Amino acid sequence: MAAGVATWLPFARAAAVGWLPLAKKTMPKPPVDKKSRNDEILFVNVSGLRFQTWKNTLDRYPDTLLGSSEKEFFYNEDTQEYFFDRDPEMFRHILNFYRTGKLHYPKQECIQAFDEELAFYGIVPDIIGDCCMEEYRDRKKENQERLAEDTEAENATDTPLPPDSTSRERLWRAFENPHTSTMALVFYYVTGFFIAVSVIANVVETVPCRPPKGSKKDLPCGEKYTLAFFCMDTACVLIFTFEYLMRLFAAPSRCKFMRSVMSVIDVVAIMPYYIGLVMPENEDVSGAFVTLRVFRVFRIFKFSRHSQGLRILGYTLKSCASELGFLLFSLTMAIIIFATVMFYAEKGTKGTNFTSIPASFWYTIVTMTTLGYGDMVPNTIAGKIFGSICSLSGVLVIALPVPVIVSNFSRIYHQNQRADKMRAQQKVRLARIRLAKKGTTNAFLQYKEEGGFQGRGSDNALCLKNRSSFEHQHHHLLHCLEKTTNHEFTDELTFSEMCMTESVGYRTSRSTSISSQQGVSTSCCPRRAKRRAIRLANSTVSVSRGSVQELDTLQVHKTSSGPQSRSSLNARTEDLKLNCEDRDFTAAIISIPTPPANTPDESLPPSPAIPGILRNSRPTSFTHETVKISSL
Amino acid sequence: MGAVVGTLTLQTRQRRPSNDKFYDDLELSVVCHRPEGLEQLEAQTNFSKKELQVLYRGFKNECPSGVVNEDMFKQIYSQFFPHGDASTYAHYLFNSFDSSQNGSIKFEDFVAALSILLRGTTTEKLQWTFNLYDINRDGYINKEEMTDIVKAIYDMMGRFTYPALKTDTTKQHVDAFFQKMDKNRDGVVTLDEFILSCQEDENIMRSLQLFENVI
Repeated sequence: MAAGVATWLPFARAAAVGWLPLAKKTMPKPPVDKKSRNDEILFVNVSGLRFQTWKNTLDRYPDTLLGSSEKEFFYNEDTQEYFFDRDPEMFRHILNFYRTGKLHYPKQECIQAFDEELAFYGIVPDIIGDCCMEEYRDRKKENQERLAEDTEAENATDTPLPPDSTSRERLWRAFENPHTSTMALVFYYVTGFFIAVSVIANVVETVPCRPPKGSKKDLPCGEKYTLAFFCMDTACVLIFTFEYLMRLFAAPSRCKFMRSVMSVIDVVAIMPYYIGLVMPENEDVSGAFVTLRVFRVFRIFKFSRHSQGLRILGYTLKSCASELGFLLFSLTMAIIIFATVMFYAEKGTKGTNFTSIPASFWYTIVTMTTLGYGDMVPNTIAGKIFGSICSLSGVLVIALPVPVIVSNFSRIYHQNQRADKMRAQQKVRLARIRLAKKGTTNAFLQYKEEGGFQGRGSDNALCLKNRSSFEHQHHHLLHCLEKTTNHEFTDELTFSEMCMTESVGYRTSRSTSISSQQGVSTSCCPRRAKRRAIRLANSTVSVSRGSVQELDTLQVHKTSSGPQSRSSLNARTEDLKLNCEDRDFTAAIISIPTPPANTPDESLPPSPAIPGILRNSRPTSFTHETVKISSL
Repeated sequence: MGAVVGTLTLQTRQRRPSNDKFYDDLELSVVCHRPEGLEQLEAQTNFSKKELQVLYRGFKNECPSGVVNEDMFKQIYSQFFPHGDASTYAHYLFNSFDSSQNGSIKFEDFVAALSILLRGTTTEKLQWTFNLYDINRDGYINKEEMTDIVKAIYDMMGRFTYPALKTDTTKQHVDAFFQKMDKNRDGVVTLDEFILSCQEDENIMRSLQLFENVI
């Protein structure tokens, strides 16, 4: 629970007075606060630096070292202070957390030292306040990455494969991480070599070689050594095809693999060759075939598997797509405007290059990007004026969006990082809140089951789990609410079970006899009480005799108001044991029976204690019946 | 190119008004309330100086501005009842604490109410409870007010209760209450009827003593 909640608990408890006139049952006794209620100043000596604080301040967070009884281990009797042999500078921040409820991260400190201090004092780092959270996470991530790199460098080559992986998994792993085995590494380099060879061959193919004997014209090497180039091409394509098929075979998800960018590049790289094989040596289609050969240059993109940088660049462009699109759009607009203007300005001139608006596009682009080839120049004065405006604005149009894109990219990138961190933090926080809520619910339910409501006898304090006085008081408050409304808190599981069984049990409740009425409300209890009995038997809580006396008085109520007597209740027990389907029996009865017979667990402590436990587990159901009977 | 310039200027024009609003808000939020002196509070309430000191330290830590408004109050109260929805009951509680009915609880209100609830006589406590139930402060508790209060209390239990809440649970509870409290059967409960009926009930009298040692 949050820090300040402890401050408001007395007030919430006082407000419970408002429930009293409405309460259907008597309120439970409040927990006795044994320790002195006066607040005192504690001295905490951290490596010589003395801190002083109120005891209440430290008690705000009972699940940390300083808030729980764990600090007693560090108490120094001689100097009457708590001594910690830790960093005094860091302790300031820890103590501020107790005071203000927010944990701040000191920017000049090492992240690991800070984490260690937090771990020592039992503080979860997630509660770092929003102001310091981003810095903390950044530093932590940086640190982790550095550590990860170090460890990765250490054991990069000797990561063992799980022994029971199939050959397919091993193959995939070899493809993805070439460093894992020598074979993979060899294959990696071989493919890289062949990609380079293929690309170079494509380039060299077009270089003019010396013409063969008898011819004057320079031939490109590709046509001179046709066979050689063809063989080289075939070899490369064979290697690429083989690689692609192997990857396809090894991929864990073939559909996903086929849709990935790299596989598309692979396919585009090798398809032209096969198409070329299939296509006949026809004059008409050879033009198209030549176009296809252009796609061979895509083989150079296969290098991106080998280069991390290329992949990052590709990702960057993809993430900046909208900005680039905007740049393109604004450029297009400008080009169209100026091209139109230039066309109409130069329309009158004889023999002008500006034959149409699309033809003027070329001039506009060349001028705006300040290239200025000079193949198209305006001749009229108006044309020259607009041409100069065009070149001036070109500088603006190109130069302005680029920094915007760059800064946008930088901002979006950082924002994305921050949003992800925030989302993760939010998720963690919500999960923690949900867990805390569930924790308090569970804590209360568990508290009830362990029969923590006696408040009588000094040995109770030892028996029950170590719970802070805050928890005692909070549970007492919740118990008061239960008594006021005469309903109990349960968890979701039991509630849904109850709904299911109640819908069945209702059908048997038409008769007005007491037993069946009780049966309706407690129809599902057999299972539940039995489960509780088992749980209690398994726990090591022992209850004092006083509790049994309390129950005896309650039973007296019951016998005086109802027709059942104790002996008759016991008699019914036997029947219940035999036929559990019969819903006429109440849960109360189940909690009395001879425990060793009912519970499967044989390792129970001696019997006087057990009836106490089991009876106590259902005191509420007893009084529930009492009330029910009286209200008839 | 003009479009580029146009969109850039549009963005800057939008940002300026929000900056001004931020500074305006900054000025309004600084509100502080200091309580009366320690001696005066000690005279007015049944707490000792030390207890008042402890109470104020906790209060000031939580609300540095010195006042609690209804939203904060609801939030705080809801933390104690994670199972259900405590906001309605917190609303009624807030109204009963807020003696000056100005939408905020000062430390004096806080301490005055605690003094009655923890250190007051049974009559005072019952009077406070009556005021809590009497939502419209007309001196009578009628069935509608009682139904609202009881429903608010049941809301705090949440959905997962044993036994499951039925549709007429609230009505039954209210009827039982009126059965007990409404002596002259006129459909409303007055302060005297209320105090008289509570004093007759042993359980209630006993429970009232339970919360003495909360502070």
